[in-house]
Amino acid sequence: MSTMLLQAKNICAYYGPTQVLHGLDLAIAEGGITTLLGANGAGKTTILRSVCGMVRTTGEIRFRGHEIADKATEDIVRLGIAHVPEGRGTFVRLTVEENLQLGAITRGNKVEIATDVERVFGYFPRLRERYRQQAGTLSGGEQQMLAIGRAMMLRPKLLLLDEPSFGLAPLIVQEVFSILKQMNQREKVSIFLVEQNAALALDLADQAYLLETGRVVMAGAARELREDENIRRAYLGY
Amino acid sequence: MELFLHQVLAGLATGGIYACMALAIVMIYQAIDHLNFAQGEMAMFSTFIAWQLIEWGFPYWAAFFLTLAISFAGGYMIERVIMRPLHNAPILSHVAMFIALFAILNSAAGFIWDYQVKNFPTPFGTKSILGEGLLSAHDAGMIGATVVMLLFLFLFFRYTRIGLSMRAAAANPESARLVGIRVGWMLALGWGMAASIGAVAGMLIAPVVFLEPNMMSSILLYGFAGAVVGGLTSPAGAVVGGLMVGVIENLAGTFIPVIGRELKLTIALALIVLVLTVKPSGLFGRTVVHRV
Amino acid sequence: MNTAAPVSKRRAYEAPAYWRWLGFLIVAAIALPLPFLLKNFFIFQLTLAMVYAIAILGLNLLTGFNGQFSLGHSAFFALGAYTAAILMDQYDVSYYWTLPVAGIVCFVAGFLFGLPALRLEGVYLALATFALAISMPQILKLSPLEHWTGGVQGIVLIKPNAPFGLPLNPDQWLYFFVFAVAALLFFCAYNLVSSRTGRAIKAIRDNPVAARTMGVNLSLYKSLTFGVSALYTGIAGALGGIAVQFVAPDSFTFGLSIALFVGLVVGGVGSIGGALFGAWFVLFVPNIAEQVSKGLAGAVYGVMLVLLIYLMPFGLAGLVRMAAMRFARAKR
Repeated sequence: MSTMLLQAKNICAYYGPTQVLHGLDLAIAEGGITTLLGANGAGKTTILRSVCGMVRTTGEIRFRGHEIADKATEDIVRLGIAHVPEGRGTFVRLTVEENLQLGAITRGNKVEIATDVERVFGYFPRLRERYRQQAGTLSGGEQQMLAIGRAMMLRPKLLLLDEPSFGLAPLIVQEVFSILKQMNQREKVSIFLVEQNAALALDLADQAYLLETGRVVMAGAARELREDENIRRAYLGY
Repeated sequence: MELFLHQVLAGLATGGIYACMALAIVMIYQAIDHLNFAQGEMAMFSTFIAWQLIEWGFPYWAAFFLTLAISFAGGYMIERVIMRPLHNAPILSHVAMFIALFAILNSAAGFIWDYQVKNFPTPFGTKSILGEGLLSAHDAGMIGATVVMLLFLFLFFRYTRIGLSMRAAAANPESARLVGIRVGWMLALGWGMAASIGAVAGMLIAPVVFLEPNMMSSILLYGFAGAVVGGLTSPAGAVVGGLMVGVIENLAGTFIPVIGRELKLTIALALIVLVLTVKPSGLFGRTVVHRV
Repeated sequence: MNTAAPVSKRRAYEAPAYWRWLGFLIVAAIALPLPFLLKNFFIFQLTLAMVYAIAILGLNLLTGFNGQFSLGHSAFFALGAYTAAILMDQYDVSYYWTLPVAGIVCFVAGFLFGLPALRLEGVYLALATFALAISMPQILKLSPLEHWTGGVQGIVLIKPNAPFGLPLNPDQWLYFFVFAVAALLFFCAYNLVSSRTGRAIKAIRDNPVAARTMGVNLSLYKSLTFGVSALYTGIAGALGGIAVQFVAPDSFTFGLSIALFVGLVVGGVGSIGGALFGAWFVLFVPNIAEQVSKGLAGAVYGVMLVLLIYLMPFGLAGLVRMAAMRFARAKR
């Protein structure tokens, strides 16, 4: 097995007094795409929020040798974890340009940033047409592209995606997912993907976790999970 | 016609005061996404600090810039100490906190410097430069200073990374953290800057209205009116709005019998309600669409 | 942004109805003998406290139960006070008849102000009402109205005597009169809040969009709440004018709005009984502070607000309720 980019041990997460994650272990391989499946309310989003320090978490989370469980969100991000949150987190009042610039706000080199903007346009040509528009006026698909583009502007080692297919037309979803695959291969960015659409996610990913009520109930190669009888019936629906 | 022009000019002179205040209001609105009801009292308090420094023998400009620095630190501290724990609290808590600040600053100023009206010097002189007492050098200087401040702020927010970070932090703190912005710093910085701008406004206004703890209450209202008319999201709009409010106030006072003269504050009230209900984004502000 | 003030989890525990009656009886048992034990000045102060309690209750109906802000309730208080004063001074109307008139006038004014305010959310509404509070004294000074309002001088009133030859001095009588009015208004507020209408009002506070989808007429209910809130505060204003025997523009500045707001937060946002605590606080604490130094009252208000928001977000009534909740749990 390849080296682990992110290794989480025994994480528990709480919203106020309510415990949502119950001591789960997780590992994300360098260079791969790992997906996290589960029903509504299983705790998928919470895991992403735990990794980014956005929810009260106990346990151990190591990212490239750094212990990050007790770090602030902005410091975790600065280590190279980009998070495209639920609902995309677009700065709707700012322009597309400003959104992309914000993605690179922690980086200094202006020339590099400019080339990275061009790279994002290479993946998402439609953003170039919308460059000076207010981001709030973009369509759902375009906003998702902008969110991913903004995350890539960080030059992250790890990209966290929370339901990128949510609310998008099937054709757009196909497009976005194939671009994610390309990004994974060309940009050397590892991806941790949370998805409701299990079929789509298992096609894209090489590793997969299955979550039920805050616990990991199954883990392994995406291929194997796809073959699994129970998973097929419960999550793939055939 | 000549009377009309005269009144417009005189209106611009008072409008300069409101523009100054409106700019400070919009500035903090941009930086913290809240209307600060204590903005006027903060400006008043800063002006008292400047007055105290001058009393102690500092030259005007030294006192001026020292006050800016002190106000910046003060605004910064207010965010860190008082507002910080409320980041996720409902609006009611924020409004309550602004009211608290209002009350504390107002009565602290009265406690320290008493309620006697004080003179405050002007750096521009009081000579009439247009007509007979229509536009004094101080009025012109005040408008000029406001425009310079506006230009500076525009450049800062539009073209610097820290300006962009501040806007992002105010608009959407969670997303801002996710791109690595230190949101806490940005908010505190915003408070510091707003306090400094308020201090400039206070020091420019004080020579006109005289210095006392309640000097700002009506000016704050006109400032709000100017900010609302121009649009709360637009610093330039706030300046234009402030000037407009001054002109409208003056014309109403001249041409509408009794009411125009005696109900000046009510004109501000009417303007606020009218603009907020008819065109909440103001004349120059951007419309923000809410998705439900 | 969510304009609804505090979250609704606060309502997880509601005292059963008989507790409320018990509470009322205790308050009455303490309050009714007081006028025979205290000096006239203290009776007057307690009367004022009840007046403030009514006004704060009015503000609470708007902010605590409907989630709308107002920093402008001093204006409605003033309107009520002036309505009563002008009726008594110019038209020789009896003091008790001025109350319903003041209530109706303020209801209409509140309803009308609530109409444009409908489009204003959260902090914008606070802004508009702030403007109302600041400009009210100037309106009261308007020279064409001077014949009625007395301009800057205001209007001096005569304290009513006890009717039917009751053996009470005017201060005692006014105390009982205000107590009766307050009891009635508090009773009505309890019923309003727990009625069907009250649920609609609270639903708007907690989630306006959901409330609308359930068929709640948002604009109607919001304006009505504004009207009722102004009615309460207006009646309080009328009682206040009668009790103080004097109304003048500068009694009704933004400072009064701050006081009402402080009372609201101290007593507990969304708590009806809390208005009483709030009223005592805003009346007596500044008195003590002013004795130490002039102008210190504002600082005390401010510091109190800061502390309360950190330590007791639901006010004194919330504290009592929390204790009651613990007690109820322990019994189980």
